[in-house]
Amino acid sequence: MEKELRLMKGNEAVAEAAIRAGADGYFGYPITPQSEILEYLMEASPWKTTGMVVLQAESEIAAINMVYGGAACGKKVLTTSSSPGISLKQEGITYIAGAELPCLIVNVVRGGPGLGTIQPAQSDYFQAVKGGGHGDYHLIVLAPASVQEMADFVGLGFDLAFKYRNPAMILSDGAIGQMMEKVWLSPQQERSKSVPAWATTGKPSTRKRNIITSLDLDPNAQEVFNQKLIAKYNEIKEKEVRYEELRCDDAEYLFVAYGTSARVCMKSVQLARAQGIKVGLLRPITLYPYPSKRLNQLADRVKVMISVEMSAGQMIEDVLLSVNGKVPVHHFGRMGGIVTNPEEVVENLKSKIIGG
Amino acid sequence: MAEATGIKDILKPENLVYNKTKIMTDNVLSYCPGCGHGTAHRILAEIIGEEGLQSQTIGVSPVGCSVLLYNYLDIDWQEAAHGRAPAVATAIKRLLPDKFVFTYQGDGDLAAIGTAETIHSCNRGENILIIFINNGIYGMTGGQMAPTTISGMKTSTSPYGRDVKLMGNPLKITDIVATLPGTYYVTRQSVHTPANVRKTKKAMRKAVQYQKLNKGTCFIEIVSNCPSGWKMTPVLSNKWMEENMFPFYPLGDIKVPEEKSAQ
Ligand SMILES: Cc1ncc(C[n+]2csc(CCOP(=O)(O)OP(=O)(O)O)c2C)c(N)n1
Ligand code: SF4
Ligand SMILES: [Mg+2]
Repeated sequence: MEKELRLMKGNEAVAEAAIRAGADGYFGYPITPQSEILEYLMEASPWKTTGMVVLQAESEIAAINMVYGGAACGKKVLTTSSSPGISLKQEGITYIAGAELPCLIVNVVRGGPGLGTIQPAQSDYFQAVKGGGHGDYHLIVLAPASVQEMADFVGLGFDLAFKYRNPAMILSDGAIGQMMEKVWLSPQQERSKSVPAWATTGKPSTRKRNIITSLDLDPNAQEVFNQKLIAKYNEIKEKEVRYEELRCDDAEYLFVAYGTSARVCMKSVQLARAQGIKVGLLRPITLYPYPSKRLNQLADRVKVMISVEMSAGQMIEDVLLSVNGKVPVHHFGRMGGIVTNPEEVVENLKSKIIGG
Repeated sequence: MAEATGIKDILKPENLVYNKTKIMTDNVLSYCPGCGHGTAHRILAEIIGEEGLQSQTIGVSPVGCSVLLYNYLDIDWQEAAHGRAPAVATAIKRLLPDKFVFTYQGDGDLAAIGTAETIHSCNRGENILIIFINNGIYGMTGGQMAPTTISGMKTSTSPYGRDVKLMGNPLKITDIVATLPGTYYVTRQSVHTPANVRKTKKAMRKAVQYQKLNKGTCFIEIVSNCPSGWKMTPVLSNKWMEENMFPFYPLGDIKVPEEKSAQ
């Protein structure tokens, strides 16, 4: 079957891609700027076609615990929300990580803290990549920079989640969720009929009972489990790093930016190059695992790195850890729901870094 | 001449009157002596065994004294976060509609932190069974006041007795869920005497049948004791329960299917 070309919002692309990826269930609660996902799914009514369950839950807490229940049955399930809702989901997310369940969580980030703003931001980076809930755990975090990637990362997110029995997150933002672009959609995939060996589907006489839990009262056993998680995260770091480079070969200055900020920086690279400034861009596609090795290599060649992010400076900490003191690292970006513009990124580079 | 009977002569299949049910595992229960949780587990295990549901059942255990319930019944289990079992069960049942899905929850779990999940899954009429162990206290964390703690009852966080003006009123959540259109069968039982055990078992069997017929949420409250939290002997705790809990939480059906009541 052929791919299909459509003009869609990022949020709609997530919804359509979930249906086409053969998802078994979606559980969500309305919040701007991502309500289109639930609205799209309700209108599409996939329970009539693929059999996918769609349910508007009474809260984000309920929604993420529905995801827990569905994932523990071995099903492909997802939930989506925006920042305040993702905060509420943190309890469920750590239980999902602790029970080693695969699932997909989409955060269409808006500015905070608190109720904040409904405009796009990248201020949930720490929450997404450093854990978010309690306990030692990590999500696999994918950062789309286009409507196309919003769609593509649904399938990728599910694949990685099932491969590692680990929750995956798409860390998007209100700009990518709301903007319309053309998108090539994959053909409809059938919902999987295979049942993972660990799934709770009713215990036949042929196997032991399956228990999905994150509890271990024995500290020795709990530590063994923590070590198992670390081994898993190390394997993920080894195998799943994804990033994109733009004009890094001869770059003296390097922007490091993901998602919407990366889109902005692509333009900034163009503008700066036109003025003779040798600048490149490294766009992390996976925020966890982070492209640290590559940044460390690039630190041998560039003079300065600039972490461009719509936050007070969160990802910059991972850039600093990656380069480990080899080069200075600056932060630039707007906050409060304001999307940084390409000109001000170049202006900052010229006045604060090159001229400063 | 009759010979003296030894234990070997008594241990014969034809003399067997009571047995461990197949569904109970050999794990030692973690409950205090005389606690109602163990009895409630046993009834549930009997029902699952007798109805041939082992391969069809997914249970959701709570956070509370029965958090390790998954060690005691030989079925597939999911252990939910505190209060979230009905949301977890909602998804299981919707994704596996042919399976038998139940939650087993304490009063802190179901009627405090999980109130929203309880009300909304009942209101949606999720086709699950909710088993609600109301012992009027937070057993697991050492006997603190629960939403169900009755007026005047002493707990570690109401050491002078529950003062309803200060601490709020005990919550009859079972009566609330009975008002919701999504619930099909709502009943309040106990497990402290053989007669009550039989009634509870009957209620569970009905709930299994109703779930097979996709009738909506079945909700069985079991008013139970907590000898440790109440600081009483098992015998005294049962007496205290009869004298103090049952007047406030009267036993019996609260909502029965319409076709039945019309007869
Ligand atoms: C989010 C969260 N808050 C608090 C606790 C601590 N906690 C564990 S069990 C429990 C209360 C259990 O009481 P109940 O549900 O009545 O069960 P019982 O032990 O009485 O059977 C509490 C507050 C927890 N585990 N998780
Ligand atoms: S603390 Fe109470 S509810 Fe918990 S096992 Fe002991 S008696 Fe039972
Ligand atoms: Mg209790």
